[in-house]
Amino acid sequence: MTALQLLWFILICVLFVGFFFLEGFDYGVGMSTRLIAKNQEERLALMSSIGPHWDGNETWLVTAGGAMFASLPMWYASLFSGYYILLLLFLTALILRGVSFEFTAHAETKRGKNFWLWMLFIGSTAAPFLLCMMFLSMVQGVTMDAQGNAFVTFSQVVNPLSIVGGVAGTLLSLVHGLNFIRLKTTGVLRKRALDLNKILYPVLFAGEVVFAVLVYFQTDFFTERFVSSLIITLLIVVSSLLGYFGTLKNKEGISLIGSGLSLAFVVILLFNGLFPRVMIATNPAHSILIKDAAASPYTLTIMTVVTCVLLPIMLGYFIWSYYIFRKRVSTEGENKY
Amino acid sequence: MFGLGLSILNLARFQFAMTTIFHFFFVPFSIGMGFIIAIMETLYVVKKDDVYKKMTKFWGKIFLLSFAVGIVTGIIQEFQFGMNWSNYSRFMGDIFGAPLAIEALLAFFMESVFIGLWMFTWDRVKPGLHLSFIWLTSIGTMLSAIWILAANSFMQHPTGYAINTVTQRVKLLDFSAVLKNPQLWNVFPHLIIAAFATAAFVIAGMSAWGILKKQEVPFYKKSMRVAMWVAMFASAITLITGDLQMQQVIKDQPMKFAATEGIYEDTSDPAPWAIVQTIDSKNHKVGAKIEVPYVLSILTYHKPSGSVKGMNTINKELHEKFDAKFGHKIKDYYVPPKTLFWSFRVMTGIGSLFFLLSILGLYFNRKKTDNVETKRWWLYVLGFTIWLPFIGNTAGWLVTELGRYPWIVYGLYTIADAVSPTSTAGQLLFSNILYFSLFTLLGGVMIWYSKKTLNHGPSFDGESETLNVDPLNKEAFK
Repeated sequence: MTALQLLWFILICVLFVGFFFLEGFDYGVGMSTRLIAKNQEERLALMSSIGPHWDGNETWLVTAGGAMFASLPMWYASLFSGYYILLLLFLTALILRGVSFEFTAHAETKRGKNFWLWMLFIGSTAAPFLLCMMFLSMVQGVTMDAQGNAFVTFSQVVNPLSIVGGVAGTLLSLVHGLNFIRLKTTGVLRKRALDLNKILYPVLFAGEVVFAVLVYFQTDFFTERFVSSLIITLLIVVSSLLGYFGTLKNKEGISLIGSGLSLAFVVILLFNGLFPRVMIATNPAHSILIKDAAASPYTLTIMTVVTCVLLPIMLGYFIWSYYIFRKRVSTEGENKY
Repeated sequence: MFGLGLSILNLARFQFAMTTIFHFFFVPFSIGMGFIIAIMETLYVVKKDDVYKKMTKFWGKIFLLSFAVGIVTGIIQEFQFGMNWSNYSRFMGDIFGAPLAIEALLAFFMESVFIGLWMFTWDRVKPGLHLSFIWLTSIGTMLSAIWILAANSFMQHPTGYAINTVTQRVKLLDFSAVLKNPQLWNVFPHLIIAAFATAAFVIAGMSAWGILKKQEVPFYKKSMRVAMWVAMFASAITLITGDLQMQQVIKDQPMKFAATEGIYEDTSDPAPWAIVQTIDSKNHKVGAKIEVPYVLSILTYHKPSGSVKGMNTINKELHEKFDAKFGHKIKDYYVPPKTLFWSFRVMTGIGSLFFLLSILGLYFNRKKTDNVETKRWWLYVLGFTIWLPFIGNTAGWLVTELGRYPWIVYGLYTIADAVSPTSTAGQLLFSNILYFSLFTLLGGVMIWYSKKTLNHGPSFDGESETLNVDPLNKEAFK
């Protein structure tokens, strides 16, 4: 494996970390429209808190997919064709949720808005569940042939770890979203988000323990690299504790960073466990390694140069856009939906 | 499956065509709308006339609807290469992924961040800064087109590559050659300018309906004038760039060109041009036709002489050229002649019509005697023209992409080899039905909301039904 190949494996990991950190709270806000909002006004206020951001946040996923295609094409080809039905459902969730923002703004009747708000809720719940399910299924190993085709069976997709992983990822996104709401809204929404998170955190810790136990038994993470897997697993829990601390002490920024870091460490745990493979086959001889999945050194060099130029610019305006919308949203006043 | 020709390959091809054509309704429209709205907002910032702000906001609503549907259908495309065409992704990974990744990093982030800023900061930032948001969004949409076309152009006309002797896959040799691909720089201007025409005719057509309803006539007339100016330049340049692109096709993909003209046997010299004809694609023969002498020579060589090669001759040549490597896979090299012949006529017909319409429109719309509201027949013509650009764009896509048959990457890789070995007919049938249902919903809702927006007119700003708010829930409003 060359340094550039390693760099791109790490970069894809970083892009997924960015995606889960950012879009994680979007999903959580989408879910909380049915959990802490009591009327349509409040739902629309919640929607407005992510209105300017969700599209940019989702672009992290699109970029991760593109980066995977460009730098590790054999991974992209095997993973995406292998998880056909699951990704199809994931795309359906993204589509319905994606249009819900604009369509809610255009719907004029209460019923019309309500329909698209339901789409926001359903899409925001299904998307993280399905995506986490795919990742937690993938790391357990799937049936593959020598050409790198993944013939994923039903029980390889749907099993205890993938379901627990899906639920835990969804729950963590919800907690993260509630922390975001605490930071971005005022009044009752802010308070209800805090109250709900006080209940959800203990559930989350239980979920994380079950998750860790299942990862220990169902994957080879702890046999392949015991120390790093253990440290990262502990970091997931520590970050969640930080978020819980922020919740109890009513420190909103710390809570958001805590829950965001938990999501980030989940992604890092998976990439750390995968390394140096990108696809794990039930027959180890068919697993795809980074060095076999990678594009040519020339392509990787070009991509690296391009990324070094573009990424800092992108991060600059991306962060600036959050600065512009730093004000809290409320159910009254300027909001679009 | 069912022995009805529902092969995995056909289902996957159908899905690609369906998802791309649907996505491609919104792409040119959004590119064009973004550009025209940026012009409108520029007029507002420069002239400080509020009517241009009203214009920007009103047409902005239609733009945002199209943009939203364009984004969500675009994600399907990125996933689809991996899901349905994994062998293609493996074969092309070294070249195809890079433009896609750059497109995401450069263009998608620009579009998505700045459109968010544009939507929500009308009252938060100064007009000049706000204007920069729509221009950055618009530039983002165009940059996006460059990169996806860079990837597509390789499929039409491979440049800057070598075949890896071990894996038999393409290997990038020269990235600048991929970007300098002549195909790219012929297609890009054609597509961008056609996108401007698309948006211009939708704005003109919707304005026509607005004037027919006798609402806000001055507003719609002004919108129509902006649109007609864009339409005139755009349709003229679309025709010119279309011709440039055709010259490239004649050189690179003679089969595609012969099919768009429906020629099986080599023509006489000078070559006559068939306006319409019947085609017997089974026996490779042309039936009845109406011809104009000299025109095909002029179109092909820009002079009134020279014969044009027919598909039968080209088929023989391609057999000689490719059979050594692909003979066992490819029976013959004919492309679907009827679809190409008619698509080409629909596309060029609509393009030429647009040029005439925009000249007429500017004449009727001229400032001194602008009485376009009295010409109801003209307003109806424009009103129905709304749909034509979408048909024209689809026809253009069909000519370009079907004309590649049987290749997915011209001369290098066949469509049949590219499909995912893991795909099953059941999966593909399910996903086709699901996508079709989704698209019906999205397309229907998009048209419905656009119509609603038009019915309310540009002065409408708010809710038609007051939201039912619980008065006891006052604390929610703190």
